[in-house]
Amino acid sequence: MTETFVPPTRFAVPGRIAVNEQAASVWQTATLTEIRRETARAATYRFAVPGWRGHLPGQHLLLRLTAEDGYAAQRHYSIASAPDDSGHVELTLDHVEGGEVSGWFHTVARPGDQVEVRGPVSGFFAWPGDRPALLIGAGSGVVPLMSMVRHHRARNLAVPLRLLVSARSPEELIYAREFGPETTPVFTRSAPEGVAVGRMAAAHVAPLLAEQPSSGWEAYVCGSNSFAEHASRLLVTAGQPVDRIRIERFG
Amino acid sequence: MHITRGFTGRPRGDDPGLPPGQYDAGDDWPVLSAEVTPDLAPADWTFRIDGLVDEPRIWDWEEAHRLPPSAYEGAIHCVTSWSKFGVRFSGVSLDAFWDVVRPHGSATHAIAYSHTGYTTNLPLADLTGGRAWIAWEYDGRPLAPEHGGPARLLVPHLYFWKSAKWIAGLRVLDHDEPGFWERNGYHERGNPWEEQRYSGD
Repeated sequence: MTETFVPPTRFAVPGRIAVNEQAASVWQTATLTEIRRETARAATYRFAVPGWRGHLPGQHLLLRLTAEDGYAAQRHYSIASAPDDSGHVELTLDHVEGGEVSGWFHTVARPGDQVEVRGPVSGFFAWPGDRPALLIGAGSGVVPLMSMVRHHRARNLAVPLRLLVSARSPEELIYAREFGPETTPVFTRSAPEGVAVGRMAAAHVAPLLAEQPSSGWEAYVCGSNSFAEHASRLLVTAGQPVDRIRIERFG
Repeated sequence: MHITRGFTGRPRGDDPGLPPGQYDAGDDWPVLSAEVTPDLAPADWTFRIDGLVDEPRIWDWEEAHRLPPSAYEGAIHCVTSWSKFGVRFSGVSLDAFWDVVRPHGSATHAIAYSHTGYTTNLPLADLTGGRAWIAWEYDGRPLAPEHGGPARLLVPHLYFWKSAKWIAGLRVLDHDEPGFWERNGYHERGNPWEEQRYSGD
């Protein structure tokens, strides 16, 4: 038995992005400089991190809060800001019910507070801006995708990029004011006059695949597990190759 | 230690079962696969061990189920910081498979691979001695596809990315070779008690 095992399906080939091990293993102090409300449940937190070595859109960081008795809580958060923001990173956090970390951010944090971060970590979901990107997110799953949109804009990249984003209502659509023609919002509970209400469906995905460039899309899906399962099935059914779908699920 | 102003955190349980930096996810069981959940029926599932072994072998669903059943009851720990207690998996201990294929004396590591192409590397010592399973039931019911069903590798004493979902096989090696997440910045072993989350930890 010397033949190589060939799995029936192949998924996204890893290793395009080298992770800086040194940057990923050192805790750094991050100073909160600004808080911007995005929706009733989500706010953006801007930090000065003087030693930040830079990141790629789609990467995340590990954030740690420490109580006086030494108890520490750490969470992974996707980075919302584009890479070209020297010495600063932004996170957009939902206020999770009972969440000890997001709860602190939403009820206690104010500019000047200091937390610790390490990263960026993980290169799997990163998008360097080199290939056409089809981004699909829901709720705060739009956060790492927004870093890609902002990067695309900031660098004036010619490579095609599309964002399909699902929210319960226009009021709950994070970054609503920032979206441009690259973005199609889908509203599941209420929508402006004349806009359909309903779950993301094949009819939303098909036109995006129909306009794919000749080299095809790299698809990035981010959201809850149930959304990720649903959206990735829509993509596969519409003909997107399984090995060109990257998924980031909350958890 | 850098104290965060005004941060108290959740009530402290004096839980010796919680590794450093982890919290108890309670009833939640987050799903964190990076790929599309495959459409894999039990009849199409196979598990193979090859590489540095005396008798390379492939088991299908029926054959694997004829091996002596074994269960794990305890905790699992995800690198994203949640731990889950009181989980019950059943399947077959990997030792039952090792008894059939017999690894060579020179074997030190294995690379686990999934039916999706996902890979992860482990020292052989973590896959033997009653500490690793091929699991197909969770809480007495068939393992859900999004959690790795029909069958996944289960190595509960390491971070859970080592417990490859949709397990297709193990290739036994005389050296270590990084798998999918290990090539993407994660630790080669992933021991939660030593907080081996990332490369260099």
